[in-house]
Amino acid sequence: MTNMKVEVLDRRQFLVTAGAAAAFIGGFSSAANATPETAAALLKELTKGGAAGAMEGKIKIDLPEIAENGNTVPVKLSVESPMTADSYVKSVHLVSEGNPGPEMASFHFTPASGKANAAARMRLAKTQNVVGIAEMSDGKFYVSKTQVKVTIGGCGG
Amino acid sequence: MIDRRDFIHASLATLALAGGSLSGYRSAIAGQKITQDEILKFDAKGQITLIHVGDIHSQAKPIYFREPSVNIGVGEALGLPPHLTGKEMLKKFGIKAGSPQAYALNSEDFGQLAKTYGKMGGLDRVATLVKAIRAERPNKCLLLDSGDTWQGSWTSLQTRGEDMVKIMAMMKPDAITGHWEFTYGAERVKELIDMLEFPFLAGNVISTEWEEPVFEATKMYERNGVKIAVVGQAFPYTPVANPRWMFPDWSFGIRDKMVQAHVTKARADGADVVVLLSHNGFDVDRKLATRVQGIDVILTGHTHDAIPTTVNVNNTLLVASGCSGKFVSRLDLDIKDKKVAGFNFKLMPVFSDVIAKDAAVTKVIDETRAPYEKHLNEVIGTTTNTLFRRGNMSGTFDDLICTALIDKQDAEISLSPGFRWGPSLIPGQDITNDDLYNQTAMTYPSVYKLDFTGKRIKEILEDVGDNLFNKDPYFQQGGDMVRVGGLAFDMDASKNIGERITNMKLTRNGKDLEAGKTYSVAGWASVNEDTGTKGTPVWELVREWIKDKKTVDLKSTDHIKLTNG
Repeated sequence: MTNMKVEVLDRRQFLVTAGAAAAFIGGFSSAANATPETAAALLKELTKGGAAGAMEGKIKIDLPEIAENGNTVPVKLSVESPMTADSYVKSVHLVSEGNPGPEMASFHFTPASGKANAAARMRLAKTQNVVGIAEMSDGKFYVSKTQVKVTIGGCGG
Repeated sequence: MIDRRDFIHASLATLALAGGSLSGYRSAIAGQKITQDEILKFDAKGQITLIHVGDIHSQAKPIYFREPSVNIGVGEALGLPPHLTGKEMLKKFGIKAGSPQAYALNSEDFGQLAKTYGKMGGLDRVATLVKAIRAERPNKCLLLDSGDTWQGSWTSLQTRGEDMVKIMAMMKPDAITGHWEFTYGAERVKELIDMLEFPFLAGNVISTEWEEPVFEATKMYERNGVKIAVVGQAFPYTPVANPRWMFPDWSFGIRDKMVQAHVTKARADGADVVVLLSHNGFDVDRKLATRVQGIDVILTGHTHDAIPTTVNVNNTLLVASGCSGKFVSRLDLDIKDKKVAGFNFKLMPVFSDVIAKDAAVTKVIDETRAPYEKHLNEVIGTTTNTLFRRGNMSGTFDDLICTALIDKQDAEISLSPGFRWGPSLIPGQDITNDDLYNQTAMTYPSVYKLDFTGKRIKEILEDVGDNLFNKDPYFQQGGDMVRVGGLAFDMDASKNIGERITNMKLTRNGKDLEAGKTYSVAGWASVNEDTGTKGTPVWELVREWIKDKKTVDLKSTDHIKLTNG
């Protein structure tokens, strides 16, 4: 569904690993070092300061309310925008507020992409916000923040 | 004094001879009028009738089932049905204390009333009600099963769901959706679905790899000139609440945009009325009804609520028909211009002693039980008090399991999942193997003993507490709180994750649970493949414990204190 160049910052974040955490056993990664602050710092760097003026709207991130498997969480994003030489979506950055590192992925688009849509899988170490920022060709930024729960599970029913 | 059962049978014999009706007879039961005719009595309305059952959990035979005395609603559901219990609930629905309706729908005086009114359910009785409704409304009915029908008894476990498929087939349902059905594993679910003469609908299940539909989403029916679309919604958190390894290629989720797409398509295909056959849980459906447009009726399931009226949300009628075969719902709809112009509803309690058995269904039930009957009927002990499971925080049957886990595994603390299935036993009743399996029969029953830090135990309690009491219903998984033995704590349902559980103390010595200290914890039903399936099944350990005790005397416990802000 995508016509774009995907730049995966950390390949490990897209890997599916075996042996998922289970009911009352295993558990959450204790190495979750990213925080809302480090995520904001990374976004500032990626957008060369533009993130500070980011507005809500235009960017939609589709994530499950509760991850079935924190090791491979499907994510879909779309940005509402024309894709013409005069007005298009340049890039979308996804950043984690709770993984070992805040980097997740950056997607770059051109007017030839036709649509600013992307789909991928990512790994989430624990319940956290995933922040997406879209950079438009006119220099504006749009932001969306979505919480995904990663639960211990095993008690429903 | 005429024996209740004899009286009823005598009445039925009279009925058969006279070809007439039971009306006019008063049962000997507490001077209350409960007859089959009274239960079925209904002011028919409109062109079509929906008959709803769900969460039967393989209870083919009559059972006692105590409704919860603790069922807290949070956020927008605070104080709304089904989150009313005890006297508050009776008042809200104008039900007289001590009446048959109070016994069926409420926990007040349960042990006493059970002795007066007898058992509930039994699928041969359910079949009689379904048959009678169909006879009254030929070519106007749909029988819809919202799932959790194929799991919950020893015979279901031994036949891997097939006993229930055979029994339910006798009633000719029109559709089913699922949850615990999936715990027989993907291959077995597909085999069982192949045996059905009606569709298994689950529009929210897609393949993990390519996100393609796994099951049919929608089935269009025509009854009495009305086109009825039924959209199926399986339990959204099956891979979170149950072992994902059993169906690794299937992804679930609420997916309300997808539900909207199914509904919109059904309308475009000419549906006059759209029904969501749902295993979301009541509060999830209450929210979904505000976000998805065009659903006329949601037949809810999963949370095992029995509500004597429909609940109207955003022009969608929500129906909650209880569990364990205890109720059959009838909803008559008058459809005009593709809208519900009028309706009539009744939640029919299945009083086992007054509803005639459908002989053909009895025969199938007996056949499925025959190979196991002797073992199932073996008495392993007696209970002094009511043994029940339902309730947000604890139940005496779970206290029994938690105590057995600690005693038999020599652990400090025990954990048992907050399942909502499992009938009740009344004071003085024998405990049979059948009763034990009705609380434990599932495909990942192994016990475990592990060392957890106090911090980890708190994390587990907070995590499960948030699945139950998150203010946003879309984050609720629909089970009750994990049951805990050996540990006392306070819980504030109105708080957020990480802040609900306080004052954690070991019941053994009253000492505070220390975050950094390690404790031995016994439990069962892990969703991890090895831990859940490789060890001793929990029923063996609990059976031994009950046999040791002979008579069990578990009073309602107060080691968990629940507050709600």
